[in-house]
Amino acid sequence: MGNKKVFDTSVQLMKYNVLRELVRRAYEGGLENAYIEIPKIISPGPKPLLRCCVYKERAILQERIRMASGGDKTNPNVIEVIDIACDECPTNAIYVSPACRGCLAHSCQEVCPKDAITIVNRRATIDPEKCVECGRCTQACSYGALIKQVRPCMQSCKVKAISINENKKAVIDNNKCIMCGACVLACPFGAMVDKSFVLDIVKLLQESENNTKYKVYAVIAPAIVSQCRDGRIGQVVTAIKKLGFHEVVEAALGADITLWKEGNEWMERKLMTTSCCPSFVRYINLNHPELVKYISHTVSPMIETARLIKHTDPTAKCVFIGPCAAKKMEYTLEKTGGAIDLVMSFEELQAFVDARGIDTATQEDSVLNNGSFYGRIFAKSGGIVQGLLDLAKREGIEGLRPVVMNGLEQCRANLLKLKMGKSDNNFFEGMICEGGCLNGPLCITHGPRNVVDVDKYGNEAHEKSIDNSVRLYKMRYGEEE
Amino acid sequence: MIVKICVGSSCHLKGSYDVLEQMKAIVKKYNVEDIVTLQASFCLGDCAEGVTVRSESGEGADQQVIMLHHVNAENAEQLFVDQVYPLLNC
Repeated sequence: MGNKKVFDTSVQLMKYNVLRELVRRAYEGGLENAYIEIPKIISPGPKPLLRCCVYKERAILQERIRMASGGDKTNPNVIEVIDIACDECPTNAIYVSPACRGCLAHSCQEVCPKDAITIVNRRATIDPEKCVECGRCTQACSYGALIKQVRPCMQSCKVKAISINENKKAVIDNNKCIMCGACVLACPFGAMVDKSFVLDIVKLLQESENNTKYKVYAVIAPAIVSQCRDGRIGQVVTAIKKLGFHEVVEAALGADITLWKEGNEWMERKLMTTSCCPSFVRYINLNHPELVKYISHTVSPMIETARLIKHTDPTAKCVFIGPCAAKKMEYTLEKTGGAIDLVMSFEELQAFVDARGIDTATQEDSVLNNGSFYGRIFAKSGGIVQGLLDLAKREGIEGLRPVVMNGLEQCRANLLKLKMGKSDNNFFEGMICEGGCLNGPLCITHGPRNVVDVDKYGNEAHEKSIDNSVRLYKMRYGEEE
Repeated sequence: MIVKICVGSSCHLKGSYDVLEQMKAIVKKYNVEDIVTLQASFCLGDCAEGVTVRSESGEGADQQVIMLHHVNAENAEQLFVDQVYPLLNC
């Protein structure tokens, strides 16, 4: 990757450096000394890179190595807190900054509904016992001197699964967490980390003995197209094959089939939600048990694609490559029947490719063309509904009133309406990440460009409709059209 | 016998689906639907010579594999009659 900036933050870069070094050692030797040597390579001292001292920095790096090697196997969550990395961000909700001028108006005091603000030595002071953190004073102050401080992790967690323990460290409640990974992206200290299975993937590839014992397939999420910083998508596909994968298959192919199945399923049920976002499914299961009956029974594009591959090649192994933290949970669910063997993030893919010394920019282009336009735009919020409406039009399905729920807050609002019998909609597309998978937490970069890239990729699809993908699926079950 | 038609990206672009449809019709035409199973397959490894079709008959050490290359809707029937049909023992 050279010196050019690839990642959004230096937290991602730190994670990347650890992953790359680990993968390199998995191939070239030295894995047994990883815990001792890697921290010293990344933080050589005597001065620390980012933190208070090299010793703490190295201790945290050891924790990152642990997470990059699969994390705590006894913890079912795919996201863990590295407690020594947690910087114990302040929790006093409203903070009076030095910008307070000690003015005469005291608009903060006037607006406070709980009389929590007094003026001491010409300066606003907040009584934490009385303050209810409503934030009105922060808006009232003419100087913007009052600041509402929220921990970034807690703010990012829309299901309130993160709390603070007696040592002021962040703690995840596994019974509330939907594994969306928002906190992983949000924590500026890199204390919230997703587990990596990249070493297991290396092992799977090595033990295939160049795809002779069994073949290893990479199933790539369509969001990958917005992540190709080092080259074109065709070059990335070549790079993935050079890692030792037999074949790269688009999850968009499975998405076409998912779309078709969901269309048919809706015809029978007339009221349902999507099921492709594992965090969304988990969110309903944990928070709206009475709505579980509306979740589509169709499996996600990731699983559908893998099943198709395994049908044509029964000894195949499938590795999903995507932007999603929750997919690292989904593939272990019993209902998926082990269709996917392992999951790798885009961040991990970048580290893997670089560790193997593969220069994506100089690779030849491989063709990649199985999924349709609609399968590819599954990656963005609204993509499923767009595909479904097209299907409805062509197949004469009537009465569809879909709603696109972009991000958790829209999901919550619409599901509550459904629960109260106040919703006019009968098809609910839910995605927990705002914008859809193309903004997934384990993307290398995030931003508006991702939508443009995915749309462009969709338009480049050889297949303009889902018909051929569906034909492939029907053939798998010997169904005649 | 199992006949696998490659639907990997490269063959897909060269018209796998047309070959697939054609094969279905051929199997029907020669009345061998009960002994020939058609399957799709991801990448059979001969991307440059696609569309690739692989037929497998027999099992274990007796397995006989035939690879057909450059298959298209037009030549599929001829290739089938010349190379696959004789192995069917019917």
